[in-house]
Amino acid sequence: MRHDHLLTAKQLTRADIEAVLDRAREFADDPSAFRERHPELLLALCFFEPSTRTKMSFETAAKRLGGDVVDMGSVESSSVKKGESLADTVRVIEGYADAIVLRHPKQGAAQLASEYVDVPVVNAGDGAGHHPSQTLLDLYTIRENAGLDDLSIGILGDLKYGRTVHSLAHALTKFDARQHFISPESLKLPRGVRYDLHEAGANVREHESLDDVLPNLDVLYVTRIQRERFPDEEEYRKVAGKYSIDTETLEHARDDLSIMHPLPRVDEIAPELDDTGHATYFSQAHNGVPVRMALLDSLL
Amino acid sequence: MTDTELRVSKIRNGTVIDHVNAGEALHVLALLDIDGASGETVSLGMNVPSQTMGKKDVVKVEGRELSQNELDVLSLIAPDATINIIREYEVAEKKHVEPPETVSGVLACPNPDCITNAGEPVQPRFDVLSEGVRCAYCETIVRDDLTDHLLA
Ligand SMILES: [Zn+2]
Repeated sequence: MRHDHLLTAKQLTRADIEAVLDRAREFADDPSAFRERHPELLLALCFFEPSTRTKMSFETAAKRLGGDVVDMGSVESSSVKKGESLADTVRVIEGYADAIVLRHPKQGAAQLASEYVDVPVVNAGDGAGHHPSQTLLDLYTIRENAGLDDLSIGILGDLKYGRTVHSLAHALTKFDARQHFISPESLKLPRGVRYDLHEAGANVREHESLDDVLPNLDVLYVTRIQRERFPDEEEYRKVAGKYSIDTETLEHARDDLSIMHPLPRVDEIAPELDDTGHATYFSQAHNGVPVRMALLDSLL
Repeated sequence: MTDTELRVSKIRNGTVIDHVNAGEALHVLALLDIDGASGETVSLGMNVPSQTMGKKDVVKVEGRELSQNELDVLSLIAPDATINIIREYEVAEKKHVEPPETVSGVLACPNPDCITNAGEPVQPRFDVLSEGVRCAYCETIVRDDLTDHLLA
């Protein structure tokens, strides 16, 4: 990858993605063998919104490469609380660290940050916008389980606000994938994402019911539907149950269907599926470390 | 002299913006940040009959020649506009508006969760699409009623 920043999955070519995934494979095979690779690396973790696993996996990745992290800490305890702008915060932190990993509740925050600093900015989630490093680990997981070409993938849940969905959809346009988007009407893909998928000539269908497409899927990517996204409780209850996956739901699914979820899950996937061959979500989460090692390696 | 030109007074030096979509003249003024406070003489023709457009608006601004940047921005709401630069009562230059690739500092992003609405020291910037514009930060697409989002 020859990019200064990783802001969206859109900027990645197929070759960029494959290079990172190949490298991640090497790191996964022997995670402790690369301690001398980037001993100089100091990574700044700027999380303006809480996140346990994304933050920890970046921290682990930096340390596995021999580097270290500096952590902004929680927003409550930082100068942000005193009203400092993001632009100022990142300009200060630029002087401390070799790269900035940014999680922020506002859409476009990573783009803005990248305009103020010369060190690489990695977008680790900007509101309902993008989450491209999650997408790299999702693609890694998909490649391991189903392959990235001639892929039928169902993406289910909150497609409107789900940043992992937006990034994944963009990235899948680089591969031979049929994307089936399954959501209630009120949580369909936003106009901006549709526009990009259309421009990319993506093979995309939209559904309200999972049953229509389930038998054809190689992968089912489930996301959480948040109660607070709904105008009223009644509307939420109508759809919530409809999108929970259990053994009964999967009656007509293929045996090799791989179920993914960016986690945390609440009740979208019944625990009874955890011990079945369908459950891919935990290994998906573990893949975060080698993939983020490969990502940092490519940016430095 | 055509009927249209008679309806709004002739100007000596300045700009005539013709073929503005009917009803958009006030938006054109807003876009150009003309509110009369800076003393220009402004004449408006609204819903003037037009052979090509049915009805159109015409805006005449005395003593001011529009810059290319202003014309670019104008193209967003008045894509069919023709611009006549007037010097000594004569048409000195005729221009068409061309959509720019991006516009900065003209429109506000309608997305409340956009970083440009969070008190950052940044001008909102939009990429111009074939239809509408798109926030360069949060990627929200605005197709309709662009003038509702003009920065004050
Ligand atoms: Zn925006």
